[in-house]
Amino acid sequence: MTAPTMPARPGEDARLRPLPLRRMAWADWRQHRAALGAVAAFLGAFTVYLWLTGLQMHHAEATYCHPASSIACSINFTGKYGETVIVVSIALQAVPALIGAFTGAPLLGRELETGTYQYAWTQGIGRLRWTVGKLVPLAVAVTAAAGAFTVLLSWYNQPFVAAGYVTLFSPRVFGLLGVAFAAWTLAAFAIGVLAGMVIRRAVPAIAATLAVYAGLAFTTGLWLREHYITPLVTSNPNLPGSAWVISGWYTKGGAFAFGDSYSGLASAVTRLCGAGGGSVVHVHGGVEHVLDVSQCLAQHGYTQWTSYQPASRFWPFQWIEGGWLLALSILLLAATIWLVRRRAT
Amino acid sequence: MNVNVIEASRLGKRYGRTWALRECTVAVPAGHVTALVGPNGAGKTTLLNLAAGLASPSAGAVSVLGGLAAGSRAALDGIAFVAQDTPVYKNLSAADMLHLTATLNRRFDKPYARARLAELGIPLDRRAGKLSGGQRAQLALTVALARRPTLLILDEPVSMLDPIARHDFMATVMIAAAADGVSVVLSSHVLSDLERVADYLILLSRGQVQVAGQVDDVLASHRMLTGPAAEAGTYTQRPVVSARRGAAQAHLLVRATAGDPVPPGWEAHPVGLEELALAYLREPGAAALPGPARSRQAEPSEVIR
Repeated sequence: MTAPTMPARPGEDARLRPLPLRRMAWADWRQHRAALGAVAAFLGAFTVYLWLTGLQMHHAEATYCHPASSIACSINFTGKYGETVIVVSIALQAVPALIGAFTGAPLLGRELETGTYQYAWTQGIGRLRWTVGKLVPLAVAVTAAAGAFTVLLSWYNQPFVAAGYVTLFSPRVFGLLGVAFAAWTLAAFAIGVLAGMVIRRAVPAIAATLAVYAGLAFTTGLWLREHYITPLVTSNPNLPGSAWVISGWYTKGGAFAFGDSYSGLASAVTRLCGAGGGSVVHVHGGVEHVLDVSQCLAQHGYTQWTSYQPASRFWPFQWIEGGWLLALSILLLAATIWLVRRRAT
Repeated sequence: MNVNVIEASRLGKRYGRTWALRECTVAVPAGHVTALVGPNGAGKTTLLNLAAGLASPSAGAVSVLGGLAAGSRAALDGIAFVAQDTPVYKNLSAADMLHLTATLNRRFDKPYARARLAELGIPLDRRAGKLSGGQRAQLALTVALARRPTLLILDEPVSMLDPIARHDFMATVMIAAAADGVSVVLSSHVLSDLERVADYLILLSRGQVQVAGQVDDVLASHRMLTGPAAEAGTYTQRPVVSARRGAAQAHLLVRATAGDPVPPGWEAHPVGLEELALAYLREPGAAALPGPARSRQAEPSEVIR
């Protein structure tokens, strides 16, 4: 029998050094430059629009909004741009999801869909290094792009924050500022990569990524975020406008009386202050006094309590949100790599 | 030196509740072009995926290149695998496919690959998605051979190709095997694809090896006996693989050499590879391992440790 020389021996595996990860650089660039280019074009288009409208807004705010309570400000600034900025900021909420879904989900999903993983995973570099060499640089790239874009976003939102039109904690704004935007982009990418690996097809994986992302973002904005740090509680009814009010309730004689939900408040006000609703007329010594609800309730011995997050907690909140999103992303990417390693075709 | 490029021992692979391969014990010796033949669903692709390290066994073990764990670093280094339908990145040009493969491996013979593509008339700047099926298969094969592997595994490489492309593809495989001493394993459900190329045959049916051995040995140890149909049941001298009875005549494929006696009234003919394979595939219970029963050994003595 012909006996060709066999270069590989059992002990040779240890002597064969792994190929360096930088070998993946060319593959990453060549195979994903189109996707990265699309991300750049997408963010670039947003940049042009935000830059042009942002300049006008900055100018209007600087011209009319000192003081911010002036009528000129509400006509020429908040009135003129308020609706636009709401629409734009809602549209921007989708940007991390779109970037993550369209770069992350096809990464493995398309390989598995078209069968090219059978090529990729049988090359000398090995599937583990191939996967790490793809996931990590692309994750860094999309996160960095999103991070750079955040600089523009905070500049864009700045006049509205300055004019007190919106608080930093507003669900519309919080995710566009600080580290949150980049962290959400990374999370969307990680969700997409895992979805592609599990679903094995690019387009369904994109759809699944968008759905999962939306669920996570809504859960966080509506329920999770306010619990990052225990809210402060105050009986001072005059909170600064920048504070994020979480909830309110009333006590009498040290005991809980009722919450500030509409039904609880309305019945108490009707009972104690008459049917007037929002404000009540109190006749005292022939003089009519217009009392608002809280004054009326205070007169009857009720204390109003408010739990809130002060504006000074914006950055701690950003780091908390960025931190758990980073941890989640690393977990999802690690799970993907684990699945690639053990995947049985 | 006598080593096996693939050696499976009671190898099994389960997908969910279905066993794609079960209790498969087989050895593919080095230095051959081995045809792995079997009907659809016999477990050919599963066996090759396990050997290439793409899948991991549910039971048993598979080693490659003389005792390396399938999928290990050295195994990946020494094996080039071309999967069914010869997948390549459709949006990459031929030149990009070469460069990509060069970056992902320790060795890559770019001059060889360029010369071969030029010979085949495949433009380097043409995107793989724009190539014909035959050209795409040739590109995948060229990329695999330029890795200078010890073992080349081809899973159903020509099933989607027209006859000319099929012939050209096989010619490339032949040249590589002859000139560079690459061990080759090809699978097909059509033996005629491989008949002129392979010098070692493994017949796989429902995950079980029915026949394994050098083509010449296999052919030399089988005879087709033709005689009166009435006497077909009385032949017991040698094991009968399959019997085909007509109105007057019966054809028995028996395990016998040219020297074995032929009963009076019967004629013995040499048998063709395709005929032999068909006879075995029709009788999944029949097994002949003329090799001699190499893969049935509990202790795989050929592995160099």
